[in-house]
Amino acid sequence: MAAGSPPLPSGKVTIPFYRDTRIIAIIVQIVFAIAVAALLWYLYSNMMNGLRQANLLPTFAFLSVPASFPIAESVIPYDPSMTYGRAFLVGILNTVRVAVIGIILATILGLILGIARLSDNWLLRNVALVYVEIVRNVPLLLQLIFWFSLTRLFPRIQESIDVGGLLYLHNRGVTLAWPQAASDFGAWMVWVYGGIVCGVVYYVIRRIQFARRDRPGVAMPQAFLIALGVAVIGFFTTYFVYGAWPVSLSIPELQRFNFVGGVTVTNSFAALLVGLVIYTAVFIGEIVRSGILAVSKGQREAARALGLTPGQTMRLVILPQALRVIIPPLTSQYLNLTKNSSLAVAIAYPDLFYVASTINNQTGQAVPVILMLMASYLSVSLLTSLFMNWYNRRIQLVER
Amino acid sequence: MRKHITLVLAGLLSLILAACGGQAQQSPTTAPAQPATTAPEQPTAAPAPTAAPAATAAPAGGTPAQPAAGGQIERILARGTLICGVNNNPLPGFATVDAAGVRRGFDVDFCRAVAAALFDDPDKVEYRPLSAQERFTALQTGEIDVLIRNSTWTLGRDGNLGLDWAPTTFYDGQGMMVRKDSGIETLEDMNGATICVQTGTTTELNLADQFRARGLTFTPVVFPDGDSTRAAYDAGQCDGFTTDKSGLISSLTLLSNPADHKILEVTMSKEPLGPSVRQGDPQWFDAVRWIVFATFQAEEYGITSQNVNDFLNSDVPEIRRFLGIEGDLAKGIGLSNDFTVRIIRHVGNYAEIYDRNLGPDTPFNLPRGLNALYTDGGLLYSPPFR
Repeated sequence: MAAGSPPLPSGKVTIPFYRDTRIIAIIVQIVFAIAVAALLWYLYSNMMNGLRQANLLPTFAFLSVPASFPIAESVIPYDPSMTYGRAFLVGILNTVRVAVIGIILATILGLILGIARLSDNWLLRNVALVYVEIVRNVPLLLQLIFWFSLTRLFPRIQESIDVGGLLYLHNRGVTLAWPQAASDFGAWMVWVYGGIVCGVVYYVIRRIQFARRDRPGVAMPQAFLIALGVAVIGFFTTYFVYGAWPVSLSIPELQRFNFVGGVTVTNSFAALLVGLVIYTAVFIGEIVRSGILAVSKGQREAARALGLTPGQTMRLVILPQALRVIIPPLTSQYLNLTKNSSLAVAIAYPDLFYVASTINNQTGQAVPVILMLMASYLSVSLLTSLFMNWYNRRIQLVER
Repeated sequence: MRKHITLVLAGLLSLILAACGGQAQQSPTTAPAQPATTAPEQPTAAPAPTAAPAATAAPAGGTPAQPAAGGQIERILARGTLICGVNNNPLPGFATVDAAGVRRGFDVDFCRAVAAALFDDPDKVEYRPLSAQERFTALQTGEIDVLIRNSTWTLGRDGNLGLDWAPTTFYDGQGMMVRKDSGIETLEDMNGATICVQTGTTTELNLADQFRARGLTFTPVVFPDGDSTRAAYDAGQCDGFTTDKSGLISSLTLLSNPADHKILEVTMSKEPLGPSVRQGDPQWFDAVRWIVFATFQAEEYGITSQNVNDFLNSDVPEIRRFLGIEGDLAKGIGLSNDFTVRIIRHVGNYAEIYDRNLGPDTPFNLPRGLNALYTDGGLLYSPPFR
């Protein structure tokens, strides 16, 4: 009806819809969305067609079927009669194990390296430089295979290198004595929990006090000391009351084929951990160095003028400010380490990728297995990012 | 903010799906495309050089709706070479590369037999070295035409992996290799031992089953390829090394000091090894199956690469049928009528293939055992060629 009426004399010009930028924008977006959806649908139906012809339709039913393949090492109990789902979980935990230990060690080594690169000591500075330049210019896979081959040079298990009867080095890894819970372990655990409660109570009280006085203060180290103190007292008390230590040492003993007792770190795990730590530490070191250099020179001079020692300057003035520059790139190094651990497949460490490949091979369910694999790495990485972003926000300057 | 996160996540998910779809759909699209590019270089495949475009159009145009179903033989002929999946690690006697750079071995000879049947030329094979873990994916996606890589035929693989197995070319069983000085005589002696095994194999599964059934424990050390597995055992990182017995005998020759090792008497499983093809093309499956049978049948008739020409003048009807002189039996499986003659002339019968690679004149000197003709107490038996 409106179209039929003559143009209004007020000078308002009605634009046809196909020249209205707002409507065009909406139409273009709808067309684009449809195109993307059509493409995805085409890819999906094509995949399903191919899989149907090959008699390989995807299903998740295999997850509850016994896996019947062995896995060399596992954090949780596992044997071949358990399901594929359990085997997958073993893979995830093995990846998380190497990633967590690796991230902690790489951070420590990287920090030392970053500071060493800026040291006034010529030798230290150049040793660090050579280390950085060698390690970051050699592919990681090569380094892992190098470390793994190195473990072959150790003697056979029957002729292990014996370090004081507590530590044995051989070409299957390292076996070392390890504390284990004795019969009175429960009695001591009561003390440990008590210590933790004391520490927490102390910390909360102190924080409340600080808040009342409106002055900052430090309570965490004291709280730790209190918890530790109670646990140590409990440790000795348990001994005097029950006449036996709550924790005993499991000493490894060489049986016919392998060590029994103690803890054995396999050569695959050791090589993977060493390789990842040494490689990632280099990048972390460079990040630390750039972070330290980003703190203005005046800060260091002011701290020195106040009479702080070089160590105190670094610990109390430089590093806290450098952290703000360091954390974002550090996060991506943590993610790299986690993802690089999938190279473990080359050196026989049963990480997630390795276990998933075996599952894929035995069941032929490539699509579900790859989807689960991607989802797992994605989850681990997103969780790491989430935590690091939270930490990053926490240490940012609060401006008023 | 929250909306954005969900959007990003949705986007990621769709990307994942797209990636998976992309991988899986390669096979149908690339397979028909290949002949178009390679066919003109192969004048022998196309009847007349001028007809090359028509010949290339035929396999694609014949069944446009379902490019994956059927037509595998036409695709191979148009391409001009057979793509055969073989072992990526040297397995002397079965698949290895000699000093002159030529592939040799029992499995390789069956690749050559298939090529001979198709092209009348056993060298028209493109070998694709594959690890145990890669092999079935390569076959499923159509990257290779046939897999002849000491692969065990099992119900699970036949059913769940989308493959079909041609007749067994080598009846094997899983064995265990140990050091002579370890004092191990039986599996029961191996309680608590560390054992090297290759992943993606039936041996990995049998090992677990056998030890579970006997109530024994063991620590597996599992590698993705045969070379690393053997090297780890050789370095003493494992007390035992398990794979098919033929594989053990072959690996023994590659150890640093073969005299220090021995293979236990026990046979832990049945390992029928044979060629496999992708499900979905019965004609191609039949062709591979009868190519294998032809080698059995030739041995049974006593036809060898040396005397095959004499047999061409034979008056015996069944031999005339077998050699394609009478009738047109091979048409049904899409092969040339004289495919048996081509195989025997170029590669030989089963006994010749066996003796050349594993027989008395080789370092292995494997007795035929189950791999003898049924007439000699073995399991090799070909259905009649009629």
